[in-house]
Amino acid sequence: MDTVLLSRLQFAATAAFHFIFVPLTLGLSILVAYMETKYVRTGDKDYLRMAKFWGRLFVINFALGVVTGITMEFQFGMNWAEYSRYVGDIFGSPLAIEATVAFFLESTFLGVWIFGWNKISPKLHALSIWLVALATNLSALWILIANGWMQHPVGYVINNNRAEMVDFWAVVTNAYGLLKFAHTVLSGWVVAGFFVLGISAYHLLNKNETEFFKKCLKIGAIFALVSSILVAAVGDFHAKEVAHTQPTKLAAMESLWNTTTDAPMYLLLIPDPENEKNSVEAIGIPSMLSILAGKKEIKGLKEFSPSERPPVTLTFVSFRLMVGLGFLFILLTLLVLIKFRYIENSTIFLKLLLWSIPLPYIAGQLGWIVAEVGRQPWIVYGLLKTTDAVSKAVEPSQVLASLIGFTVFYGALGIIDIYLLAKYARKGPEPKEV
Amino acid sequence: MEFQIIWFILWGLLWAVYFALDGFDFGAGILYPFIAKDEMDKKAVIHAIGPVWNGNEVWLITAGGATFAAFPTTYAYMFSYLYTPLLIILFALILRGVAVEFRPKAVTDTQKKLWDIGIFLGSLIPSLLFGVAFGNIFMGLKFDDSGYYGTLFSLLNPYGLLVGLLFLFTFIVHGGLWISLKVQDTLAEKAMARAKKFWYLQAICAVLFLILTAVFTNLYDNFLKLPFWFAVPALAVTCLLVTGFYIMKNKRGRAFISSALFIISLVFSGVIGLYPNLIPSSIDSKYSLTLFNSSSSPYTLKIMTIVIIIFVPIVLFYQAWTYKTFMYKITEKELKEEGY
Repeated sequence: MDTVLLSRLQFAATAAFHFIFVPLTLGLSILVAYMETKYVRTGDKDYLRMAKFWGRLFVINFALGVVTGITMEFQFGMNWAEYSRYVGDIFGSPLAIEATVAFFLESTFLGVWIFGWNKISPKLHALSIWLVALATNLSALWILIANGWMQHPVGYVINNNRAEMVDFWAVVTNAYGLLKFAHTVLSGWVVAGFFVLGISAYHLLNKNETEFFKKCLKIGAIFALVSSILVAAVGDFHAKEVAHTQPTKLAAMESLWNTTTDAPMYLLLIPDPENEKNSVEAIGIPSMLSILAGKKEIKGLKEFSPSERPPVTLTFVSFRLMVGLGFLFILLTLLVLIKFRYIENSTIFLKLLLWSIPLPYIAGQLGWIVAEVGRQPWIVYGLLKTTDAVSKAVEPSQVLASLIGFTVFYGALGIIDIYLLAKYARKGPEPKEV
Repeated sequence: MEFQIIWFILWGLLWAVYFALDGFDFGAGILYPFIAKDEMDKKAVIHAIGPVWNGNEVWLITAGGATFAAFPTTYAYMFSYLYTPLLIILFALILRGVAVEFRPKAVTDTQKKLWDIGIFLGSLIPSLLFGVAFGNIFMGLKFDDSGYYGTLFSLLNPYGLLVGLLFLFTFIVHGGLWISLKVQDTLAEKAMARAKKFWYLQAICAVLFLILTAVFTNLYDNFLKLPFWFAVPALAVTCLLVTGFYIMKNKRGRAFISSALFIISLVFSGVIGLYPNLIPSSIDSKYSLTLFNSSSSPYTLKIMTIVIIIFVPIVLFYQAWTYKTFMYKITEKELKEEGY
């Protein structure tokens, strides 16, 4: 294997692993902040127990999110030196801003929150978790502005044999990046909503603290429902932006080979990339694809030379599954609210909720596959090929060794983290003071 | 032009603040298995760095991010040339972070022991390797137009290792002083005793560093050209002596502050010696990565300067507030109420 393939595998593996922890952080921080605020406002000790119970799980999850994030920053230079040199003038800024504006705030005030229960006033303590929530979501904004630029580069000129920024405002207000930010952050809120739903369902199944966990269930359900609807709505705008800026990605997402006017959408479709066609196309909805893409004429993959097309099957399947899961989330959360009154008696439904915890995580990973695999062969769409971006000074053996190291090390850490999360989730909140 | 120089100074400043802050976390982590014998002591040492280590580490992320934004060419080649040592530092930092967070949750003796080793190695390895990396940067890396010719083992040369040991002993002293400020009684005495012992080793390494830097590097050239700048290494030497003086006098707070100032002036001595290089080439200076040939465009540097000027003071303000909030002696009360 060559350095390019190994570096891609390593980036994919470390980014995917990092993104196991990030989405929960994005959403759960807000829920914990809400719970603690409720306690400060009402004095209801149940909300304090709630903030502490979910907060402990938040902290366990956060630890791995932070440490695996350092890897991402190091890797641009370590494995993608030519990329870093070529786009650093633009791409480096949002990264540095992310650290300066968001990471300091998040890490400092999480420390305050964990150790400050008896050191600062309850109001200030609640404020510190709000600052954590603000900072984590703000960090997502800057990293997705950076990623948005890789998807749709704006505000630059090619000068001195590299891309140089000429319009910071254009980079920051790049519609691609902002839509991606909204879509990603909302999907993280769905993850957190389902996390709360699933663990609450577990305790309701075990008849443990029914009143307490029904409250949690309601908070989780409302949060997840609103987020699921919004993530789908933003997703629709995001798809239109993709159609507008990344025709090859859109064609791969829909496995569309020939340029079509008023393109239909086939509910049943099996791509056959070798013969540049689909082996099955059935149950078509007329003009649907054109409507969703916001364009009358959709370019097919055959318009582009095979070397400029992304892997079709992977992009297509990931996109379909993600969208399907997205609709499932809306349905499931609606059902929770409809059945809420006697939900503790619906054993099967509660089990379903428990087993649904991984689904939004999977949807998020699939979304990233669509975004990053669908962008290939470009690392910066239309500007720089992935094969030209890799470090020249690094040997394949080095990357292979580090890839093995990451797999073993991350594997062990992942198991430990899930073990701890499960342990403290099962344990439930501190008992009520009598 | 002037933005490049501002960013060169900021680059040094970010590293200096990082080492002055996370340095004591590393030192505490290295001393931890040796001075903390029972569970209460161990909890106390972890609590001593618990609220602040993560915020301290962000200075590293910012130093890395700022290098990327302001000197992308340096960032690209520094990180890819030093692939293996940075990977080891990265793994160690991950291990340290996870170990500090999860050690309090360990139940069995095996789990506790494993996390204890994690805290120790995760603190020891970066301390040593950051020093080795900077020592090699001071000497210059072996690279030209077509690439890099060094290996991990070529970095572990006598001068690199000396700077590694200087960093290591400096952080141990720094961490020992921090622990002595944060904990009580015997544990604080033990930390102080270690700080004293390691101060001698630190001083020996510092003297060797002053001499061998003239032999192995060109850092003195800048100082000989403009002797005014000798004030900075002179300040470093003074701070080191003052640290020792206050350690002997058992004035812990003052010793800690002067130890922090020593780290900052040490880093700036190196940075002034490097100017205008960020990474000198040991093959020929025409290949060196300088603040002029590796920087971002003036436009990007201007934007980043505005961001830094607004946000770094805010960060310093709330981090200082955090230090003030957690500037108490850890007693049994704190250790018992800790549910996390």
